Amino acid sequence: MKNEALFRYLLRLGDDSLILGQRLAEWCGHGPILEEDIAMTNISLDLIGQAMSLLDYAGVIEGKERNCDKLGLLRYEKEYVNVLLVEQPNGDFGDTIMRQFLFDAFRKPLYEKLVNSSDKQLAAIAEKSLKETRYHLKHSSEWVIRLGDGTEESHERVQNSLDTLWRFADELFYTDEVEAQLTGEGILPDLSEIKTEWESTVKHVFSEATLEIPANNWKFEGGRKGRHSEHFGHLLSELQYMQRAYPNMEW
Amino acid sequence: MVSKEQIYNWLEEVSDPEIPVLSVIDLGVIRDAKNIDGEWLITITPTYSGCPAMKTMEEDILSKLKTKGIDTARVELVLAPAWSTDWLSENGRVKLREYGIAPPEHEVDKSVLFAAPTIVPCPKCHSKNTRMVSQFGSTACKAMYQCNDCQEPYDYFKCLK
Repeated sequence: MKNEALFRYLLRLGDDSLILGQRLAEWCGHGPILEEDIAMTNISLDLIGQAMSLLDYAGVIEGKERNCDKLGLLRYEKEYVNVLLVEQPNGDFGDTIMRQFLFDAFRKPLYEKLVNSSDKQLAAIAEKSLKETRYHLKHSSEWVIRLGDGTEESHERVQNSLDTLWRFADELFYTDEVEAQLTGEGILPDLSEIKTEWESTVKHVFSEATLEIPANNWKFEGGRKGRHSEHFGHLLSELQYMQRAYPNMEW
Repeated sequence: MVSKEQIYNWLEEVSDPEIPVLSVIDLGVIRDAKNIDGEWLITITPTYSGCPAMKTMEEDILSKLKTKGIDTARVELVLAPAWSTDWLSENGRVKLREYGIAPPEHEVDKSVLFAAPTIVPCPKCHSKNTRMVSQFGSTACKAMYQCNDCQEPYDYFKCLK
């Protein structure tokens, strides 16, 4: 393999996009209003497109002739390295929007940094994806404010969404020897400012939305190491169904 | 030998599968056409990462070239530099408006958090008294608007830079 750390890093980004894209696709035909049904499936499409670019490139780095379909649809549960946040069930619309906001607020500054990667293909994927992600963040943050600063019921429900999902947010900033090595090689720019920017975005939006960050600081992690929540197997059974039932099918 | 200009002229006949009024040239997704040892390499760039029309465009390009007698050609997808609506041709903008889709305004909507969205004139009556109905639309590249004067609901081809 050309660069194992880069392969592993691309899987992390690619799996986050793929799994969140799959979750959003579950809303197709079930959105609370037509415009939001269309919004969530459009965002899903962007994320799955980004996952295809990232996983295709991971396959090139790996050098074992695995493309985005093979990597995306034919790995086992423990080989997926997405964060736990993105595999959490859709819940109600507020849960989905909160999950999306926590993710978009992270992805935007991340892509802004990755545009400067010394790895040309990673920089190109970031440049393409950044334009889409800015639009997603505008959509999700406006909804967080509308629901939080809306009616008594919408406020209470989206505060519950935040209370439930907050424990998964910290894993977005998980780093280990993979990031350390890539930073050393100049492929990853300094990622330390991303958390500061994320915190300032979420604090600003939550204050507009009159939402309280939970005092309970209990954090969950494990996805980056392949340890997933019980929801994940069910998600994979749907995601992988066609390839498992009809191996190597194409259309 | 066929020239690059000739290839571009032929590609004017290949339309966007989602917005058939635009050719792939109008859309600005064709980045280059090169003849390498007798094989034509056509480089295209996606409008959006997950745009499902890209695969169809690739097939349509190859089958169009085939009808012109070019049998050895391939299409390569490149991401950089990233496509922007600035690459949409002037001709393409006129065609979009005539078709009933508002072409992209030159400024990207940089507004964050409830700032007024871009003013997009109605493609039918040209009124600027319009409103955004939905940030997302029937394809990745569009949003939905409605004209407050003539009531026409229409697609807006979003500005992307």
